[in-house]
Amino acid sequence: MSLLQVKNLKVNFGGIEALKGISFNVDQGQIVTLIGANGAGKSTTLRAISSLVYPSEGSIYYEGRDITRLDPQKIVEMGIAMVPEGRRVFSNLTVNENLLIGAYLRKDKAAIAKDMDHVYDIFPRLGERHWQLAGTLSGGEQQMLAVGRGMMSRPKILMMDEPSLGLAPMVVQDIFRIIKRLNEEGMTILLIEQNANAALHAAHYGYVLETGHVAMQGTGRELLENRQVREAYLGKSAKR
Amino acid sequence: MIDKLLPCLLSGVSVGGQYALIAVGYTMVYGILRLINFAHGDIFTAAGFFMVYLAASLPLSLSLPLVILLTVALGFAVERVAYKPLRSAPRMSVMISAIGVSYLLQNLMWYITGGLAKQYPVIPWLSTSIAIGPTSTKIVTLFTPVLTIILSVALVTLIRRTKIGMAMRAVSRDFETARLMGIKIDSVISATFIIGSFLAAVGSVLYFSNYTSVTPTIGAMPGLKAFVAAVFGGIGSIPGAVIGAFVIGICENIIKMLGYTTFSDAFTFALLIVILLFKPTGLFGEKISEKV
Ligand SMILES: Nc1ncnc2c1ncn2[C@@H]1O[C@H](COP(=O)(O)OP(=O)(O)O)[C@@H](O)[C@H]1O
Ligand SMILES: [Mg+2]
Repeated sequence: MSLLQVKNLKVNFGGIEALKGISFNVDQGQIVTLIGANGAGKSTTLRAISSLVYPSEGSIYYEGRDITRLDPQKIVEMGIAMVPEGRRVFSNLTVNENLLIGAYLRKDKAAIAKDMDHVYDIFPRLGERHWQLAGTLSGGEQQMLAVGRGMMSRPKILMMDEPSLGLAPMVVQDIFRIIKRLNEEGMTILLIEQNANAALHAAHYGYVLETGHVAMQGTGRELLENRQVREAYLGKSAKR
Repeated sequence: MIDKLLPCLLSGVSVGGQYALIAVGYTMVYGILRLINFAHGDIFTAAGFFMVYLAASLPLSLSLPLVILLTVALGFAVERVAYKPLRSAPRMSVMISAIGVSYLLQNLMWYITGGLAKQYPVIPWLSTSIAIGPTSTKIVTLFTPVLTIILSVALVTLIRRTKIGMAMRAVSRDFETARLMGIKIDSVISATFIIGSFLAAVGSVLYFSNYTSVTPTIGAMPGLKAFVAAVFGGIGSIPGAVIGAFVIGICENIIKMLGYTTFSDAFTFALLIVILLFKPTGLFGEKISEKV
C-alpha cells in the first residue's frame, strides 16, 4: 500500500475549482513529482494535504488512515512536513531558531539536538550562520534552511513546493543533490516543480497536472520520453 | 527649581510606568495581528471597576488576584468573540469590530455603574507616604517604574528565550507557515491577549491608586497616551513601547512643572503627529518592507 494516497481531490476557491478531482499515490521510499504549469493546482494540492485548505470532495489517506480535514498540527505530528513555495523562512528568527521551530511539536530534546547536527552536516553553510537572522541569508541559503526546517519534525514524507524557484543553476543542482541524498537516507519525497527536466530526472514517478486534473502519469523516464511532455514542459531542455 | 525637579521626574517615571503597562498590550497585539485593539483602554477601565466592586465585599488579598484574573478573562473573551471569527477577514473588519467592542464595554460600564464616579479602594501599602530627600511621595510612585521595568524585562526574556516566545515571533511574521510547524496560532494569539490584559490589570491598580476614582470613560486618555507611546517606540516593539511611555510620562510632567498644565495632553498628540510625519516606524519599529 502507498504511504500517501490522494483520491478524487477537489478544492474550490469561491466558485472557482482549482482542483477538479485529482488522484495520485506516493509509495514509501520514493521521490514522486507533480509537474505542471503555473496555476495548474500544484501548490493547492500540497496545501490540501497539509490542511491549510480543506477540499470540497475527495480523500487523503496516509498509512491507510483517512487524514482529510485533520488539523494542520495533527498532519505534522503524523509525519507529513511541507517546505512551502517561496521558502517562507521566519526572517525575524535566527537560523538556529528556524530549525528549532521545525521541531515545535517534539519533546525529545536530545534527539532534536542530534537532528540539528544532521541538518548542519547536510548544509554546512547553515551551520556557519546558525546565529544569523534568517532574513539576512541569500535565496539559496533560505531554501536550504526551509528544507532543514522541514526535516526537523522527523517526517516520513517531505513535501517540497518548487524548491528550485528563482535560484541560480548551481544552487538548483545543490538542491536536487540534497533531495536525492535525503531520499537515499530513507525519506519519501513529494516534489513539486516547474523545472520538469530536473524533477523528472530525480523522480521515480511523476504526475503531470493541467488546470486541476492529472493529465498524464508515469515513471520519470517514461514522462521524459513522452512526446507531449517534451513539447509542453521540457522545450529545448529535453535534448539534454 | 531643583527641589521641584525631583518630584516632577519621580511623578514622570511613575506615570510613564502606568502608560507602559498599557502600551505593551497595544504593541503586542499589533505585532501579532496588525490590529489596533481599541478595546484595550476599556479593558483597563473594567479592571478598575472590578476592583471597586470586589473590594467592597472581599479583603484586598483576595480582590487583587481576582481583579487580575477577571481582566485576563475579559481580554481573552474579547479576542475569542470579536476578533477570532474574523481571522481571515480584511483587517479593516477586525478594526471596526474592535471599535464596536470598545463602545460596548463603555456602555456596559455606564449601564452598570449608572455613570457615577466610583471611589477606588485605598491599598494601604501602596498609598503610604515615604520621604525622599526633601520631598515625600506615595510608595506607588516609586514602585510603579520599578515593577514596570521588572515586568518588561521578564516579558522580553519570555519572548526571546522560551518556546512560546519563539512561537509568538513566528506567528507575528507568518500565520500560515507557523501552522505548518504545528503551532496552534489561536493559542498563541490568546496568550498575547492574556499577557496584554494582565499588564493592563496591574497598570490599573497602580493608576487608580493615584487617581482614586473610576468612571466608564476614564481609560480613554491613558489608553490614548499609551497608544502614542507604542507608536513612538515603534509599534510592535516592546522595549520601544516602554521607553516611549517613560518619555511621554516625563515630558508631560516637565510641562506641568513649567506651568503649562493645560498643554500637557496636547503635547502627547503633537508628538504623535510629528512621529507620523517624520518617522512613522517610531524608535525601534521594523520597516514594513522588511516583511517578506
Ligand atoms: N487562496 C486562493 N484564492 C483563490 N484562488 C486561488 C487561491 N490559491 C490558488 N488559487 C487559484 O487556484 C489555481 C491553482 O493555484 P496553485 O495551486 O497555486 O497553482 P500552482 O502551484 O500549480 O502554480 C490558480 O488558478 C490560482 O489562481
Ligand atoms: Mg505553486
